[in-house]
This record gives sequence, C-alpha cells and structure tokens, in this order.
Amino acid sequence: MTKRSLHDWMDPWLFLLLTILLGYGLIVLHSAGGPVLVERQTIRILIGLTVMLAIAQIRPERFEQFTPLLFIGSVLLLFAVLFFGITVKGAKRWLDLGISIQPSELCKFTVPMMVSWIFRLTALPPDWKHIFGALSVIILCAGLIYQQPDLGTSILIALSGLFVIYLAGISWRFIFSFSLLAALSSPVIWYFMHDYQKQRVLMFLNPEADPLNRGWNIIQSKIAIGSGGITGKGWQQGSQTQLDFLPEHSTDFILSVLSEEFGFIGILALFILYILIITRCLFIASQAKNTYNRLICGALTLIFFVYITINAGMISGIFPVVGVPLPLVSYGGTSVLTLLASFGIMMSVYTHKKLIQQ
Amino acid sequence: MNQSLKQPIHERKLFQGRALVALVFIIAVFILLLLRYFYLQVVQHEYYQNQADNNRIKNHRISPTRGLIFDRNDILLAENRTAYRLQVVIEKAPDFNQKLQLLSQLLSLTKDELTEIQETVKYNPVFKPITIKENLSESEVAAFAVQQHQYAGFDMTPYLIRQYNYPEVMSHVIGYVSKINAEEYEQKDQNRYASDDYIGKLGLEKYYENILHGEPGLLTTVTNARGRQLSEEVSKPPTHGKTLHLTIDLQLQQASYDAFGEETGAAIAVNPKNGEVLAMVSKPGYDINQFISGISHNDYQALLDSPDKPLFNRSIKGGYEPGSTIKPYMALAGLYHQLITTETTLFSNGVYQLPNQQRKYHDWKRGGHGQVDLVNALAESVNVFFYDLAVKLGIDRIESFLKPFQFGQLTRLDIAGEKQGILPSRTWKQDNRNMIWFPGETVITGIGQGYFVITPVQMAQALSILASKGQINPIHLVKQTKQTTHLPFNVSDKHWQAVHQGMSAVVNAKNGTARAYASDAYLFAGKSGTSQVFGKSEQDIYKKNEELPKHLRNHALFIAFAPVEDPEIAVVVVAEHGASGTKAAAPIAKKIIDVYMHQKHPELWDKEDD
Repeated sequence: MTKRSLHDWMDPWLFLLLTILLGYGLIVLHSAGGPVLVERQTIRILIGLTVMLAIAQIRPERFEQFTPLLFIGSVLLLFAVLFFGITVKGAKRWLDLGISIQPSELCKFTVPMMVSWIFRLTALPPDWKHIFGALSVIILCAGLIYQQPDLGTSILIALSGLFVIYLAGISWRFIFSFSLLAALSSPVIWYFMHDYQKQRVLMFLNPEADPLNRGWNIIQSKIAIGSGGITGKGWQQGSQTQLDFLPEHSTDFILSVLSEEFGFIGILALFILYILIITRCLFIASQAKNTYNRLICGALTLIFFVYITINAGMISGIFPVVGVPLPLVSYGGTSVLTLLASFGIMMSVYTHKKLIQQ
Repeated sequence: MNQSLKQPIHERKLFQGRALVALVFIIAVFILLLLRYFYLQVVQHEYYQNQADNNRIKNHRISPTRGLIFDRNDILLAENRTAYRLQVVIEKAPDFNQKLQLLSQLLSLTKDELTEIQETVKYNPVFKPITIKENLSESEVAAFAVQQHQYAGFDMTPYLIRQYNYPEVMSHVIGYVSKINAEEYEQKDQNRYASDDYIGKLGLEKYYENILHGEPGLLTTVTNARGRQLSEEVSKPPTHGKTLHLTIDLQLQQASYDAFGEETGAAIAVNPKNGEVLAMVSKPGYDINQFISGISHNDYQALLDSPDKPLFNRSIKGGYEPGSTIKPYMALAGLYHQLITTETTLFSNGVYQLPNQQRKYHDWKRGGHGQVDLVNALAESVNVFFYDLAVKLGIDRIESFLKPFQFGQLTRLDIAGEKQGILPSRTWKQDNRNMIWFPGETVITGIGQGYFVITPVQMAQALSILASKGQINPIHLVKQTKQTTHLPFNVSDKHWQAVHQGMSAVVNAKNGTARAYASDAYLFAGKSGTSQVFGKSEQDIYKKNEELPKHLRNHALFIAFAPVEDPEIAVVVVAEHGASGTKAAAPIAKKIIDVYMHQKHPELWDKEDD
C-alpha cells in the first residue's frame, strides 16, 4: 500500500449519489421555502457532509467498542426526558442541556448498534437467548419513547432493532408468527393509543370527512401531487405550493412540492436515486468484514428506506400523517445531520473492509 | 451444529441472502409507491388539476346596473344610488355574539332581525359573508365607520340600490324592485341572477325586468390559501340594464294625481294619435321606496288594512261597470248597423218596458226627457233611447261591435298585472253562469250596466279609438314606434262626427250633463257615467246617491277628449264612490285636460287675455 486512493477514505459512489440527492433537494427547497432556507440548509448539509467524512475515518471497531456506553447513555437520557423533559404540545421529547436535544434521535443509532453488538460474537442465526436480549433492548427504548408520548418514533426505533434481528438471519417461521401476533394484537394497541393518535389514524382512513381541519393537509397534498401531472408545473410554478395551500411545504410535505413542480418524472428520478443509494449501501454491508459492521450498515439502510416509504406514503394518502421528514430532502438540521452521520458509519465500514483481507 | 462458533463465510452468505430479499422487497415497495403517484398524477390528473384551480381561482359576479327610467321629458323617475350594507364573516369575527349585541343598539336592530341573523349563521357556508343590515342610514354608516376597528370581521360594503324619485305619484306605474325570493330565483337563469339580487315585483319594473336587469359580468381573482387576493381581472364586463323612456309626462301625472284631492280612483290620459299614455294614476299611491329593502311588517299591514287600498292598482286591476260612458259606443253601433240615423228621434217618457213584460226600466230623470235625437240623447244621457237601441241591436251585435274597442279584453298595456274584465255575451254567460241570456239583460247593457267589468285602461283604449275615429293605436307606457291598425268594420265619418258632436254637447250644449265644466279656451267632448256598486231597490231609484254612506255610493266615471275637432288627449276618470259622474269625475277630467292644454297650447289663453 503506497498511495492513498480515494477509496481509502470514502466511498465515491455513495458520495456522488448523496450529493446529487442533496442538490436535488436544495432545488426543490428553493421553490418551497425560498433562498433563505436554502442558504441555511446548505450550511447544515456542508456540516453534515464534513461529519460524514470525519466519521468515515473512524475505524468501525471504535463504534463497536463504544456501543454499550452509547446505549446506556441514550437510555439514561430517555429516562431524563421523562422526568425533566420540556413539554411541547403535550409531549415531552426534548431535553434542555444548554442546547435542546431529542434523545429519541440518538436511539436511531444506539438501538440498532446495541442489537448488532449483542449479535457480534454469537453464531448466526442467533439463538433464543440472544434474540431475547435484543428484544429487551428494543422494548426498553421503544417503550420509553412511547411514554413521551411519541408513537411514530417509537415504532421507527423498534423497527430499526427488528431489522437487525431480521438481517441476523432469524428464521422465517419466527418472523411470520411474530407478524401474525402483531396483527392480532393491533386492537389492543388501539386501546392503548392516545386520542390524538387515534384521530390521526381515523383521519387517514377518511380525510375528506374533516376537510378543513385535520384532513386539510392530506387533501391539499394530494391536490398538489395530482395537479402536477406527468411533467409537473415547472420549478416555482406550483400554485399549491406558491399560494400556500400546501402545508409545511419545506419540511414534511416537500415531496408534494416536488410532485407538483416536477411531476411524475421528478418522482421517478428521485426514487431511482433512492434505490441506487440503498443498493449501494446494502452492497457495502454485504462486503463488510464482520457481523457487527454488516448488521449496523444493513439496519441503517433499511431504516433509511422506511423513512422514505413513510413520508412518500403519508403525503400521497396511503399512510396516516406522522411527522417524518423526507430523508435528505426535507428542510431541517437534525434529520440531515443524523442521516449523513449514519452514511458516515457506512463509509467507515466501506473504507475499512480491505484491512481484514490483508 | 455448534451454536457458539462463528462461521464467517456462512454468516456472510446468510446476510447476503437477507439483504437480497430486503432489496427485492424495497424495490417492490418503490414500485407500489410509484403506482400510487402514477394514479394521482396521471390517472386522476384532471380531477386534481381542477381542484387546484378551484383552490386559487374564484369567479365573482359583477352586478349589472339596473336600467334607469325617465319620463317623456327626460325627468329621472327611477335611478340607482349607492347604499351600504353591513356584513360579517363569522370565521373572522371573534366573539361574534357579543359584537352583534353591541351592533343591535348601534343599528337599532329588532328582535326579529336578530333571530333571523342567528338562524342564517347556523346554516351559513364557511367564509360566506352574512348581511347584518341592508341600506344603512347615513348616521348608521358614520357611527359604524368610527367604531369599525372594534369589529374585526365586520365590514360595510357599498352596493347600488334602486331609488324612486316620485314614489307616490308614480307608484302604480313603476311598481318596485325588491329582493328576489327563492321561488323566483328557481325560475330565473341563475347565471343572470344572484340569490340576493333585486328583481321587479310589480308594474313596469316587473314587465320590463329582462330589459332593465342587464347581464352580470365576471371578476376572476387569484387568491392564496389565506384568502389574500393576488390578482384580479374582469373576465367579462357586465352589460348594464337598458334605460326606459316613458310616454308618461310627470307634470301631467302629478296634476292628475292631485286633481283627485281627497277622492280615490284612477285616471288615465292618452294621446289617441299614437296611443302614448301621458298619465296613469291610481289614487292613493304609496311609497314604493319602502319596499326595496323590505318593508317592515307593521308598515305593510297598515297598507293592507287601509280602507283606501293604496296597494290596489285601480288603473289596470279595477273592474267597473262603464255605465253611461258606454252610450257613445252604443250610438255608434246603432248608426253603423243603420238602426238609427243622425236624425232619428225617440220620445222618452221616463220608462221603458219590453213587450209583454212587467219590469220597468227607468230614465235617470223622473218623467223622462221628451222627444230626443241622438245628439240630445247623448247630451242628456237619455237611458230610454239606449234601452231601445240596445234591444234593436241585440246582445250579439253589441258584443261584436264593442270587442274591437278592447272592452273586456286585455289591452296588452306594457305593465304587469292587467286584469281582463268582462264583456257580457251569450257565451260568456253560458260559460260562467251556465244560463241563457235574457232580453232584459240586453236592455241594461245599453246603458253600460249588468255583467260589464271594465278596467280604466280598457276604457282609455276604447276612448282613444273613438277619439281618433277608428284608428287603433295600442296604448303603451314606454316609447315605441307607432303601430296603427284599424277597426275591423268601417264606420263612416258622418257617424263618427255625430257621436263626437253628441259628446261635445254633453259639455258644451245648454242641456249637456257636464255643462258646468265647459272650457272657455277650447272645446272638449265628454261623457259621464255611473258605475253601480249595489243594485238599487225600486223606491231608491231616484234617490240621490250622495245621500248614501260613502262606501255604498256608486263610482263616478267620466270620459273626455280634447280638442273636439282634432283630439290630442283622451282622459278616463274613475272616482270611486263619487256618486255621480258629472259631479265627482268630470271636474277631475277637466283639470287634467286643462293642464295638458295649458302646456301644449298656451296661446289659447293668450288670445283670451288680449
């Protein structure tokens, strides 16, 4: 090993795909939120990319090493939120530590990391003991977040852990029986849901029943998407967006803006970008040198996919409205930063895969 | 298999298998999502495109301005003035109920009005303005303007409202406009009318509604989600209503109205040369301005309860017996059918009897008028002469002769609400009373009594034909080109002349019944009549009508035209319960003609002065 090539410190393919996606997102954001938001978001993206590349230089062994510590830290923070959290709109999600932080965001990393850590040494598929351990981790964190209450994030955190268990090779029989159990227990879940959560589900089932209040967002979003047609109304030409009929068009509903102004072609391009990124990430995961690296990369990729699906499904009226931004496109610092950090982990796995081969 | 031992190659394969399944699943989900977007963006594109347009593009109606109404000398009778209405958008008005209470004092809203507003609020679509009060007075406008900042969501909006400048005198001609009701709105073209539009309810306003109303325009606005207007464009300008130029002469109209003094009744003056109605009054009139924004219940009840029936348009709806005013037409029929000549005389002993019948038909003058010819029979209004003539004519010839004069026919005067009345005939009686015609009924038909129900406009149309010697110029209120036709039969000029002479004698001969009203300046012809209100008992025949209580007295009629030699004006006067035509109606007719002649021929008086 003489000259350090590009591949030694980053994955140029992933980097390219991510920059195209981020650029595409900024173009849409310019139309949805104007130049000021674009400027702010650009700064965040640049910070995010720096963080990503910095993380890429860290040896994956370090993540593995610090996983239990990070996990315990995030669990403690979750408890702290329950006791000392700031109440916003009836939910305690934030913790004021000089700067406000949302510990549930941390769990997006620490839960899949911890589950992967549990499986790192055992033979795969894992045995019951390890699965039980993994489930305990998942239920602990998801349960604490549910208490805030934040059903959406709680489900996402649980999913991120479950993805690790899936990727670890748990038997299909177990997966199917578990899904069946979940389906059967949904009435029970309904019973324990908060009123606002029930309303979201009901509104999702029939948004037109309450067109002026809770259903308004979805109806206007569908109008924006549908009126975009195949080729869209053109950049900054979407009446739904520009005349403010579309709610939260810089954040959760930015995909509606894209649909309205760039049409079905725009959506197709975006989805292809996402598929390429996901494929690349899964490729990195399958090339990783050990179990922990594989599982963490795979799980982060799958959760990335879940974000896309939930957002794209929500704004087109397939899923209930849950506040999930569109990954790497929606305006917002935390989301971009955590996502790029997770891609940093994957790049780290990518750049350090060769060491074992030597 | 040793479960605790790691098998790196196997585990990598296991993971790759799982990742591949996941990738396939992911791509499948993306395809499903794409299908969803395809459905929305391609399949349902048109629907959502419309929805998007509906979101931002709003079409507002631009009300057309209602056509003006002028009299024949371009005096403005009906115009549109700016008024203000107070409206509220409930969604923009916090503590609406409290503000409404405050407003009810400021605008002196009644309890009924308040409950009506509350009712409207319940069923009002979101963001649709609700009207609190129409047509605010000047002080109300000022009072609200000062406090407007305290009333978020409330707003005064200007609009045009009808104004009648001579409301009482012109009431029964113009009629009025008022808010369209649900039934009318259903029947009208909803592209032309708004649900809170004004519509002509009576008179000319109703008859010429289509012409006066005009076509609304469209204002297209682009609005954002917060309702802020971003741009507006007149996509279709309104077509304003057309102006009406009436044949009415306001001065003569006013004079005719005033001529009645305390009396009630109707008067019509027409120009027989072209059918133009110069004046048409029904007394009493009423304030038509009251009706535009909705008359209060109490005021309306007062109008309904008034014994003088101000809302009743006597000119077109009042049905009267023509009485002796029918005699000139009877005379003409007799001459035409050669049953009498201008020289024929008859001896009146005061009573007429049909052969072999007991019933006596009386002259108005006890003992009769002696030997009379046609001219004197008209001048003295000799009943016996016309009893005899009517019997000779027979009811069928009477009917067919009177019909072209428009008796008992709609004159098609251009005003809404005309009543047809009745011209007695065998078929009419058969159809309506299911009885045959009796000869005795022909006798009284000769002096305009019996089944006759004739409206003042019909009398005016008939008189116009009589004065112009057979020319039919349809009477009308809005200026139009002359449309002269002629009677279906040809009455010789000599016969016309004889009847004119007889009517002139009524006023100008020594024995004329209206001798008292002859003018020194010009010659006019006339004929009085009495329209019976109640049949008189045998002993009351010669009793003076003036001795009866007013509501039982007969209606007084007078028809007149001037100047005799070349008639320019024909006047019909009905003075209700005026007892005798000559006493009550003739002076009114005289005043109307005087005003007209003064106006048109002042030289007649100048000569006198010389």
